[in-house]
Amino acid sequence: MTAAIAIQGLEVVFDRFRALKGVSLEVREGESYGLVGESGSGKSTLLKAITGLAPVASGTVTVNGKPLGKTRDKAFYREVQMVFQDPYGSLHPRQTVDRLLQEPLAIHGIADGEKRIERALDEVGLGKGFRFRYAHQLSGGQRQRVAIARALILEPSILLLDEPTSALDASVQAEVLNLLEEVRRRRKLTFLMVSHDLAIITHMCERLMVMQNGEAVETLTASQLIGHRVSEDYTRNLLRASEGFVRA
Amino acid sequence: MSGDTLLEVDDLRVTFPTRTGLVQAVRGVSFSLGRERLGIVGESGSGKSQTGRAIMGLTPPQAEVSAKKLAFGGIDLLSISPRQRRSLRGNRIAMILQDPKYSLDPVMTIGRQIIETLRTHEKVSKAEARERALAMLQAVQIRDPARVFDLYPHEVSGGMGQRAMIAMMLVTGPELMIADEPTSALDVTVQLDVLKILDKLVAERGMGLIFISHDLRLVSSFCDRVVVMYAGKVVEQIKASELRDAQHPYTRGLLNCMPRIGFERHPLPVLDRKPEWAA
Amino acid sequence: MSAETIQSRREWLLSDRPASRLQARLGRAYVSWRRFSANRLALVGMLIIIALLVVAAFADVLAPYSPTVGDLKNARLLAPSAAHWFGTDDLGRDIYSRIVYGARWTLYVVILVAIIAAPIGLLVGTVAGYAGGWTDTILMRVTDIFLAFPKLVLALAFVAALGPGIENAVLAIAITSWPPYARIARAETLTVRNSDYIKAVQLMGASPFRIVLRHIMPLCISSLIIRVTLDMAGIILTAAGLGFLGLGAQPPLPEWGAMIASGRRFILDQWWVAAAPGAAILIVSLGFNLLGDGLRDALDPRSGDQ
Repeated sequence: MTAAIAIQGLEVVFDRFRALKGVSLEVREGESYGLVGESGSGKSTLLKAITGLAPVASGTVTVNGKPLGKTRDKAFYREVQMVFQDPYGSLHPRQTVDRLLQEPLAIHGIADGEKRIERALDEVGLGKGFRFRYAHQLSGGQRQRVAIARALILEPSILLLDEPTSALDASVQAEVLNLLEEVRRRRKLTFLMVSHDLAIITHMCERLMVMQNGEAVETLTASQLIGHRVSEDYTRNLLRASEGFVRA
Repeated sequence: MSGDTLLEVDDLRVTFPTRTGLVQAVRGVSFSLGRERLGIVGESGSGKSQTGRAIMGLTPPQAEVSAKKLAFGGIDLLSISPRQRRSLRGNRIAMILQDPKYSLDPVMTIGRQIIETLRTHEKVSKAEARERALAMLQAVQIRDPARVFDLYPHEVSGGMGQRAMIAMMLVTGPELMIADEPTSALDVTVQLDVLKILDKLVAERGMGLIFISHDLRLVSSFCDRVVVMYAGKVVEQIKASELRDAQHPYTRGLLNCMPRIGFERHPLPVLDRKPEWAA
Repeated sequence: MSAETIQSRREWLLSDRPASRLQARLGRAYVSWRRFSANRLALVGMLIIIALLVVAAFADVLAPYSPTVGDLKNARLLAPSAAHWFGTDDLGRDIYSRIVYGARWTLYVVILVAIIAAPIGLLVGTVAGYAGGWTDTILMRVTDIFLAFPKLVLALAFVAALGPGIENAVLAIAITSWPPYARIARAETLTVRNSDYIKAVQLMGASPFRIVLRHIMPLCISSLIIRVTLDMAGIILTAAGLGFLGLGAQPPLPEWGAMIASGRRFILDQWWVAAAPGAAILIVSLGFNLLGDGLRDALDPRSGDQ
């Protein structure tokens, strides 16, 4: 069996603050895996550590069978791409969509740019009309679609999703989640998705890990969570909280 | 309900001048509020926050507010002087904003801010003000009020900050509380704690509450009545308990499009926005 | 052109859904222009600078006399008149002609300083800001050293070492004026380097060089343009100061500062000799300042998303 992402005893330390305290997990190829937790749980740090944006103090990260060192090479970024949380912050304010999508192609010296850009825009449901717009001419949902197109244009096999819909309205969230599921199915992608919302994770993922204070609380399958078959109190609390306010 | 009406809003409009002409953020909103919990729900740009701000008198100066009627406890809010408006604000009407980080003064301790608020509206001695501030911090279930009293806003967590904010807003004993996304910046578990506190205080003190949020499900579990806004207008007013039987397709769409644990739907139903909703 | 076609062109420029790269770019420029032209004073400033450019370009046509050779026998220190609009100086040279030619030297100084100092500042600032750590410390301490000296004093020291002359004056001013630009560029870089859109480019596998050059520098350029424009007045004044002290332009070059210096001796009896170049410096400085203010409104990266 091959693991798309295998993490062993990962520690991340920022100025003596231990953001991740020895976390291990394994994401199978083609699987959609969720990380759930509240702020400070280290779920986003884990994604950053995989991409090389956070300092790894110890532990190993293996992607598609290849152990990663301190730095990531260009080949890594063709395998792994990421979609950020804030659609208003993740697009360069002075670049058109066209320029944004051209950049990864230019960096990796990919020739058939025109075709790829058009295809990527079609794939995320934007079409040619959006190609020459600036970020400020797009709504939040459209921006997130552009961010997804940018992540897909290098044709990665793994997509890291950092709360991709938490800044969007509920109706737009549904559209973006549907789009993500669709591209995953079409491209047979592996997802590693972070969210604070249990409902989104159970909707999107087959397995998940609950995190708290930089540690793994427990690992569950979506159906275990749906059936409330959880063993930790913290998870139970989260489950209860996700059902909304209950008057005592 | 006429004898007990706290707030009456009739045909409220808020208009912003922009480079390309006038834009109406709120287009004729009407509702009335007794001593109850009213939720205002809508997506970004629906005008829900501007509605709250207009009632509070916090509309940006370049915008224009008009209404057939905007009355709080029989006082016409649009005709009184800015001074009278200010004395109402914080005293009889209070507001909680989304992020305590931005609404608490960063260079003043939490305790002093509560005392300041109290003393601008009531003539009380310093010792009594301190007493009441501590009691208020206790009431929002801060375990060690004396310690938190002397802390600065950046020294407390988001949930604690929001509780301190509630304490500050409630210390003058307002009759109407407007809460604009009071828990959206908080973690889910903390969110419920804060809501519990808010719920208890509102019930005990018989206040009217306007709860503004994007989260229809949360609002419907917390409020008695829900006003659903779309593009600056009210599309539906409904009892929270009857939300399942909502008539308007927008309300129904909003309810349906959220993923729910235990209800597998792939793909999720999406909202098909009709132009006539905004008409 | 009918009103209708103007209207439809405007719509084309302001379109929210541009159909080509060109339209997107023009639309953006048009929005900036509208913001700029809404400011009357900025337009006045721009007119002054355009006038300066025109005067410099057509100095040969506009100047009735030679700027360097005067009529020593008949025309020394004449008051303003129809023949000599701004009068003549102690060597019998027409002051109007000298000012017209002086516009060239003023532009020469200003443009050269801007071309040398702004890129140095931009490069030092963005590299320091993006790299952080030791690189940042070293580059910024060097910047601090330059900032610690008063500009004119430092320029004087450089000119004293390099020898007087307008080229050396330009070099000296450029060397002393890049540090503030480096500071601005660094501050701007620090605010964007941790943003998601820079992280996104990092995750594309872009080299630090590419990120700084193609993604960070474009964001710093507008604040820098504004600052450089506002500094132009200061540059002119420093150049004039050096000229006045005899360390800048050397006679008989018609440089405005040097002209004031030579007019100083007659300031009480023949005031026009010093007043005319003084007024020229004043007006051009004012022009640059007004232009800079207008650009700040039009280009400010913090105002909206533009």
